[in-house]
This record gives sequence, structure tokens and C-alpha cells, in this order.
Amino acid sequence: MEEMEGRQTGLKRKSYYARKVKRATHLLFYRRHKKPGVKGWELKKKLGSDYPKVLNILDNYLEKLDLTIKTVFEGEKPAEKPTVEELNKARFYVTLRGGITSKETKLCGWRIDDIAGLAMSISYILSKKGRVPRKEVEDLLRNKLPGWRVDINVNRYIRSGYLAEDENKQLYLDWRTRAEVDQNVLVDLLLGAES
Amino acid sequence: MSSKKQRKKLGEERLQRIIDLCRSVEERGLDPFIVDVDDVIAVVREYFPEWELPEEFCLDAEAIHQFASVIKLQSDWVRHRSTSLYTDPFLLEEKIRRAGKEELVNIFLKAWRPIVELEQISPHSLAEAVKYWESLLPLNERWLKTDFFKTDAGSATREELVHRRILAETAFSEELEMFWEKLKQKVGEEGKILYWDFVGAETYSETLRRAYMVSFLVTYGYATLEVHRLEEEIFLKPFEKPKSLLGKEQLVSIPVSVSVEEWRKWREGKRD
Repeated sequence: MEEMEGRQTGLKRKSYYARKVKRATHLLFYRRHKKPGVKGWELKKKLGSDYPKVLNILDNYLEKLDLTIKTVFEGEKPAEKPTVEELNKARFYVTLRGGITSKETKLCGWRIDDIAGLAMSISYILSKKGRVPRKEVEDLLRNKLPGWRVDINVNRYIRSGYLAEDENKQLYLDWRTRAEVDQNVLVDLLLGAES
Repeated sequence: MSSKKQRKKLGEERLQRIIDLCRSVEERGLDPFIVDVDDVIAVVREYFPEWELPEEFCLDAEAIHQFASVIKLQSDWVRHRSTSLYTDPFLLEEKIRRAGKEELVNIFLKAWRPIVELEQISPHSLAEAVKYWESLLPLNERWLKTDFFKTDAGSATREELVHRRILAETAFSEELEMFWEKLKQKVGEEGKILYWDFVGAETYSETLRRAYMVSFLVTYGYATLEVHRLEEEIFLKPFEKPKSLLGKEQLVSIPVSVSVEEWRKWREGKRD
């Protein structure tokens, strides 16, 4: 009798989380605001206070599809386990888990030149403590890109949310770079490059 | 005298130079360490006793403000250097310049995890959209210009305005004075009456109106309140002539609860 009750409770819990995981998938994959991703407090409102557990289950499932749930905190990434408040303020995205090959970059709709320019801009801004005059980035890009493309490309990076420009014409890294690029890895790889 | 003026002028110029330097560091992203902290402090301290006019103090404050922003940039720089993200910018710039396009892309792809999104319309949202489209008026109907009609100015009598509730039947001050007369009549020789005996009425809304009027009587100096704390009684005492107590006595606010319960209690007590 007890065993049956236990099994029923287990089934109930399983269906409860299955429902929540489905809802979380919809929230995370479909863009509902200007920017993709969902804020922690929104997930809490829609999924309940145990949303970190729901995300954890979904993340395990997404692993098989080479996807992951990326958490981007408001300030710097907390050194220890994030608090509930930090999680509520953070933004959650679904990103690729592993890298993509250079052949696959075509799927993103970006030319190799565009991606190289983006890589250069991000790493240069990183090396200059996160803020650089736009002119400096453009001068650097002009080394390898035709002049007429430089302005178009920088504007494109800004429009996509990789870079932002302040009123003093200084460029800095925007939300998409924080969500998509592992900045430490990028700098390490650049420094270790043979050239 | 003229040497004092000259000294002031020199001080203003030096402060202005500090402001310009600090601004260019902040706005053009220059190295914040080109600003010599000790030097700036020495200049500010040297000329501070000379300042007399508000504009001079403003200039001094502006210099301090700009200088504080540079100090913040310096502290950010130190913090950044202590993080793992710090790399020698010259070294990194050199690497970037030397790397070929393909090499740069390959490196970037190892650190890049693009966001995955879906774009798909659902049958439900399609149905909603169709419903919306059907109820949407054509543009020429939605953007109809508002026509203006010229009408002659007319006149309205006071009675009409009172009827339409634009004007009150009596001015508030008149009403207040009438209320004051009523209070004076009601207190008789004793010169005071229990608050609830005057405010209380047959209906709760009328009671509220009377309590509202009493609050103005007391505030404007037509009457006063006598509070007997031990007996928990409040008396209303009208003055013969309105008194302005503003600035003469320490005025206090006395909150009096006029809730439905209080009103019911008063009515039952009256019946008993």
C-alpha cells in the first residue's frame, strides 16, 4: 500500500516537473521582448520559486542536443553559489554548449570577415579595460577590412547587441557579448596564438 | 591689490587646466594615470584661500568633481589589472594585428556560444491576428480629421451652475460661519459641548460632513477642542470671535476617529 502511494507521489512530481520544463522551454526559446532570454524574476513568476531546479532538469535534457542554459548575472559573476536575489536579477538564455566549426558559421548568416572583425573588436575592447574610442577600433579594422565596410560592420555589431556606443563615442561590450562570448577563453586563446 | 588679482587669475587658469585635463581623460579614454594626484591637490589647496566669489567657489568645486572622476578611473584600472581578464593591451593588440582573418575566426569560434532562438507563428496567434484584422477600421476612417465648430459664447445663470454642480450653493466660508453659529447656539451657557453630541447625526454621511466642518472650525480659529484624556472625552468650545493662533501658540493636531463603529456606538448610547 505504502509502496503504491510512494509511486503515485513520484509520478505526480514527475508530471509536475514535466509541465514546468515544457513551459520553461517555451519561455527560453521564443523571444518575448526586444532582447532574447528571460529574467529570473519572470521565470519565478511563471514557473514558481523552484525555477532553478526546473532549469537544471531542462539543462540536463538540452545537453544531449549540444545546448545549454546560460546565466548572465547583472554585475560580475558571483564567486560562490549565487543567491536567490542574484538569480532573480540574472538573465537566462539558451546557447550552444560546444563550439561551432568554421563551416557552420555560414549558418549564422555572417561572412568570415564580419566574424573576424567582431572577434578583433571584442578582444581589443577587453584589452583596454572595456572601453575604447570608436575611432581606435575602426582604425584597427581598417588594417584588414576595406574602408567602406568598417563603419557598416561596427554599426552591425552595435545593432546586434555585441557592442554599444556611449555619448563620447566610446565603444564597450554589450549584452550579447556577455551572453555569448567566454571572454577569459578568448583572451587566453589570442595570447596563446602562434602568430 | 593688483598682485592679488593676478594671483587669482592665475589660480583660475590652473583650475581650468585641471578641469580640461580630467575631462579629456574621461571622455577620450586616456590613461588616467597621466593626472598627477599630488600635483592637483597642491594646486587646489594653494589657491583655495584666495576664493571669495560664488563663481570662484563653483570653479573650485568643478575641479574637485572632475578630479574625483579621474580617481575613480584610476581605481577601476587597478581593479581590472588584478582580475584574470587583464592582459597587456600592447601585446594583445600586436597579436590581433598579426593574426590572419581565419586564425582570428577560429579562435573566436572556440569562445563563442551563440544564443539559440526559435521563430515560429502558432495557429493560436494567427487566429488572434485574423480576429484583430477583421475588427480593424480602414485607415481613412481611423485618421478622420476632427472638425471644429464655431459656436457663439452664451451665458449661464448662477442657478444653472449650481444645478450642474459647477458651483456650490453657498460659499465655503459662508457655510463655515453658519456652522459656527449653530455650534454657538448648541453649547448654551456651559460654553462647551461633547464632540460626538455636536458631530453625531442621523446618518453616517451627515456625521462625516459635520466632522469635516468641525475640523475647519478648529483649524481656522472659530472653536477649540478640550481633551479630557482620563475620561476619554473631547469637548468643542466655540470662540465668540475667530482667533488666529498661528505663531502665537504651539499648534497641535488631534486625530479623532469618526468610524462607522464609533458612530453606531454613539447612536446606541443616545437611544439608551
